[in-house]
Parts: sequence; C-alpha cells; structure tokens
Amino acid sequence: MAKEILHVKDLKVEVEEKEILHGLSLSANEGEVHVIMGPNGAGKSTLGYSLMGHPSYIKTGGNISFLGEDITDEPTDKIAKRGMFLSFQNPVEVPGITLSNFIRNALEQRTGKHVRVWDFNKKLEATMSILQMDKDYAMRDLNVGFSGGEKKKAEILQLLLLAPSLAILDETDSGLDVDAVRTVSQGIEEYKKQVNGALLIITHSTKILEALSVDKVHVLVDGRIVAEGGSELVDEINKSGFERYIS
Amino acid sequence: MKEKETEEKTYVEDIDRSIYDFRYDEKDSYRVDEGLTEEIVRQISEEKNDPQWMRDFRLESLKIFNKTEMVDWGPDISGLDMDNIVTYVRPNTDRMHANWDEVPTDIKDTFERLGIPQAERESLAGVGAQYDSELVYHNVKDEVASQGVIYTDLESALHTEHADRIREHFMKLVPPTDHKFAALHGAVWSGGSFVYVPSGVSVEIPLQSYFRLNAPGAGQFEHTLIIVDEGAYLHFIEGCSAPKYNVANLHAGCVELFVGEGATLRYSTIENWSKNMYNLNTKRARVEKNGKVEWISGSFGSHISYLYPMSVLAGENARAEFTSVTFAGEGQNLDTGTKVLHNAPNTSSYVNTRSISKSGGISTFRSSVVVSNKAKGSKSSVSCQSLMLDDISRSDTIPAMDIRTSDADIGHEARIGRISDDVVFYLMSRGMSEEDARALIVTGFADTVGKELPLEYAVEMNNLIRLEMKGSIG
Repeated sequence: MAKEILHVKDLKVEVEEKEILHGLSLSANEGEVHVIMGPNGAGKSTLGYSLMGHPSYIKTGGNISFLGEDITDEPTDKIAKRGMFLSFQNPVEVPGITLSNFIRNALEQRTGKHVRVWDFNKKLEATMSILQMDKDYAMRDLNVGFSGGEKKKAEILQLLLLAPSLAILDETDSGLDVDAVRTVSQGIEEYKKQVNGALLIITHSTKILEALSVDKVHVLVDGRIVAEGGSELVDEINKSGFERYIS
Repeated sequence: MKEKETEEKTYVEDIDRSIYDFRYDEKDSYRVDEGLTEEIVRQISEEKNDPQWMRDFRLESLKIFNKTEMVDWGPDISGLDMDNIVTYVRPNTDRMHANWDEVPTDIKDTFERLGIPQAERESLAGVGAQYDSELVYHNVKDEVASQGVIYTDLESALHTEHADRIREHFMKLVPPTDHKFAALHGAVWSGGSFVYVPSGVSVEIPLQSYFRLNAPGAGQFEHTLIIVDEGAYLHFIEGCSAPKYNVANLHAGCVELFVGEGATLRYSTIENWSKNMYNLNTKRARVEKNGKVEWISGSFGSHISYLYPMSVLAGENARAEFTSVTFAGEGQNLDTGTKVLHNAPNTSSYVNTRSISKSGGISTFRSSVVVSNKAKGSKSSVSCQSLMLDDISRSDTIPAMDIRTSDADIGHEARIGRISDDVVFYLMSRGMSEEDARALIVTGFADTVGKELPLEYAVEMNNLIRLEMKGSIG
C-alpha cells in the first residue's frame, strides 16, 4: 500500500477572527496528484498557507498529520524541514541573497548537511535548462526584477532541487502565457519522475492540468469540500464551471 | 499556539560584541588631566613639538571653543561632561613603528584581534593604526611610495617638506568656527593621517587607517587630511572601534578631503564605536572641476552620533556620491546624513541612504542640499529608506533643500517601512529560522552599501548586522 504523506482531519482555520475553513478533511499518498479547485474566495490559498503553518492562519480545530507526525502547531521552518514545500502564487522579492545561494541554503536546512558548491552548481544548471531559465538568473538577487513567468519558474526550480515529500502549488499557472504554462508543467512532470512525493495543485483554471494525470479532484467552495472525484471532475468544471456547487 | 525556541532569546548585546569588546589595562606612559584648560592645550602642544603656528592655532581654537554655544538642535549630549574627558592619552610606546613586531604586545594584540595586520598583508596598500591619541603603526607598500604617494601621520609631516602644504589646507574646510566640537578638535587634535596622491597617480589598492580607543573616559581627536591631486585616484578606508566602559568617551575627529581636477576619491568608513561613545565627527570634501568624491559610510556603534559628511562641489561638473547605512539599536541615538553644496555649473550629487532602528533605537536622517545661483544645470537626487524592526524604535527623515537657480534637476524620495511578514513567511517556508529570515532581510536592505564595500568589509558589515539581530525575536 502506498505510504500516506498528508492527512488533514476536520481542519478549521480563522484569519483575523473570521473562520475561512469550516472543517476540511483530505489525505494524499505518495505518487498521487491532487487538485484543489474552486471559485475565488473559496479558501484554496488559505488551505496552502495553513498547511505550511502561516502564523496569521489560526487553527481552531482539527489536525494535520504529515509523514505520520502531527504538525498542526509547528512553526513554518520546522514543517519545511520535514519536507513540505509551498510554491507561492506571488513569490516575494528578497534583495541581498542570490537565487543560487538561497536554494543552496534551503537545501542545507532541509538535509542538515553541507552541500558542496561544485555539485550543487552542476545540478542547478541542469535543472534551469529543463525549465528554460537563463542561467544568469542564478546569480541575481532572489526574484528581484524577475518577470511573473520567471518568478514562477524560480519556484519550480526550488521544487526540483529541494525534492520535498509534499509539494503544494498555489495558482502556479496564473498569469502565465501558454509557453510558460507548458514549461511549468514539464517541471512538475520532472518532479513526479524524480520524487515519489505527493502533489497538491491549487488552481481555479484547468490549463495546467491538461498535461498531467490527476488522481483526485477536490472541489472547495466557501471553506468546505463539496465534491470529490477523479479527473472527470476537471472536464465537467471546464464545461459548466462551479455554478452547480454554489448554493 | 506556536512552539518557540527560547534559547538565544535573551538580549545579550554586550557579551556578543566580544570581537570588539575586549580591553587591556591602560599602560599609557602619559595622560593629561581631565577637562580642558589652556594649560592642557599647551601640554599637548609641547608633547607634540608643534611648530609655532600650530601652537597658536590650538590656543585660538580653545578660545573659540569657550565662546561657542553647545549644539541644541540634535540628540541630547548633556551626558557628555567635558570636565571628565581626558583629551590626550599617549600609549606606552615612544614612537610610531613601521614593523608590527616593534609595537608593544598588548597594542599589537589588539590590532591582531581586529584583523588589521592580516588585512594589510592581503588587501591593502598601506595601513595606519592609532591607539588612543597616537599613531602606533604606519606603513605603506614600497610600490605605492615609489609613485610619490605620501601616507604618514600628520604630526611628523609637520616637520617635513610637506609642512607648507599642510598649513595651507589644515582646518580650512572645517574651520574651528564651524561648531563647538570643530573648535575642540582644533585645540586638542592628535593623530590621524596625512595622505597626498600626486597628479595622475592611481592607487590601485586601498589605504586604511584604523582608530582604536582603549582608555576609559578619554577622547579621540584624530585629524585626517587627504589631498588627491589632478587626475589621481585613491580609495581610503577608515575603521574605528572601542571596548565599552561605563563612562562616556568622546570622538571628535575631523576629516578634510581635497579632490583635485579630474581626480576621484572614494572614502569608506565602517564605524563601530562602543555604545558609551559620543561620536561628534566632522567630515568634509572639496571637489574641483570634473572631480568626484564617493562616500561610503556604515554607522553601527556609539551612544550618540552627529555625522553629516559634506561635499562642496566647487568646480564645474564636480560630482558627489553618498551611500550610507545606519543601524541604531538599544540605547543609541544616531543622527546621520549628508550635506551637499553645489557651487559650480553642471555639478551633480547622488545620495542613497538606509537606516535601521531596533529595540528602542533612534535613527534620524538629515540632509541638506544647497544649489547656489552659480550652479546652473546641476542635478541632485536624494533617496532615503528606513526600516523599523519593532514598535518601540524610531526613525525620522529631515531633508532640507535650498535651490537658488531655476535651472536644476532636484529629486527627493523617502520611505519608511517595516519587515514584511510575507517575506519572513516565504523564507521560513524554505526552512530558514525566523531569526535568520529577519537578519537576511535586514542585510538585504543594507546591501546597497555592502555592494560598494571591499568584500572583507561587506562581510564585517553583515556580521555586525547579524550580531545586532541575534536574539532579537521574542
């Protein structure tokens, strides 16, 4: 039986004293691709932030277990070190550290081991070429002055080099042109090939899903999962939208 | 709900400063009495074997000091009692050395621990090291000296063929009448450097002076006079530190920079005085036609600072660049900034500053840009950004502009911000601790200065920031 990576049980989350998630449950096993779909404001990003332990997202009920450990109340850096990764919808700009040094530092945090610069650089270059990223970006300050597309590629680059057990992709396809979406999809395929982890893809469109085989779709509306199914749900939502789930 | 680590949370600033905060028992062979009298000024002058004009200059400066009111427009300096400050402390060595092995052991150890001899071997063209009131070491590499570059202490230069040149420039840019502490400096100055770079000579690697104040309750009043002649280039670096004592120490140095036609002078400072220091320092540059002065300034230490390096753009097309970072932590009130006088056509100035305040520290940025009616076609751009790390700290921006010609292009931008929670979360989501994330954000904020510094100083600056950020969460 496939190993369980993530198990969320009856999770309730408040932001600024307003409950956004009203008891959400879901679980994902290794090798699986899960998709969270839903209209704007349904709580999709809240789910991503909550799993990652964002301090403004207060958990008022339920629990999260990751690789068999309860991480409900753990701080973000600890969760990251356990092997959870969140690809941000709007990656922030951080002057003062290059993309290359940042990833190497993150890798050392993740593995607790010194990473040799030479080996790392070789792998970095190879991975950047998969993502069709100009290798000059490696020496630029993290996300500073990157275009929207390059920022998203930089997120996928981190995903591939950090090789987490759970990858949460929050609207990674938003704001990207067709070519960039294809490149990002290739990156995700590459992750599946290299790591036997679980993917949780948060999206409100279906562009990014065309090239991926999806195991399970969860439809999130107003802080609750209202429907679950296989990839056929994606086609259905493509055709008729979320109307029928909104009461 | 969050479990937080508690180790490292205590504020341990004074222990963590151990790199700088070591001291040796004072073994000075000579110190004048506390306070300031004509008798003391005469003693210092005697001790230094001043030429007559310098002796007169000191006594005249003392008169001006006694007549001049204390400054009342900046941070409170009433904790500074001149009657308790020892204005001259000669370390226990009778002369300046050009070989570290001849420097007394405790003094040599001090500079070893600060990494000065090592930096000299690896990356500097010449080094001057001052301990309390006197230079204890001075050396310049032969290849630089053979280009005609003079780098020596001011006192001995007063008895050489450079005497006339010194007399022509000494305290002409910063006259003793400028303010009370300029007058004090004129009366009791001691140590510092004299640098002369002849026309057309480019000094490829930097010169550095390091000032160390070891004696408690003492003042340091070094004078730096640099003349970069036509078309020449120099990078001069100044570093300063002191161990912490419970009594006030005073630093009232003076820096005068003369940048000739088409010459460029880069002047970098990393200041890390201990937090009992009153740093009342005056720095000024005069830039001739097509010349350029570049100020790089990092202010981390001192209890109170008044520091506004000034550029006088005296010749057509003269340029000034000023890049600085100021970090005010607990108990610090750092009032820093810059002044620019555009006094010739087509001159330009570019000011870019960052200030950080934390744990109740106060950081104030003051700038003054004056464009005279002679400075048609001039440009000035001033940008200052402040970062406040908590709710008890303070950051102020006080820009002043006085533009006397309609034909000038003047810009000013100020921003005050806080560490973004989104950025902290992003960094933590990649496994970085909250403390490291915040330190990274602050070093990134100060990076405009870091990028301008030679690598080893940029590393030192980042270490200082990390030191300040350590244990700051909770």
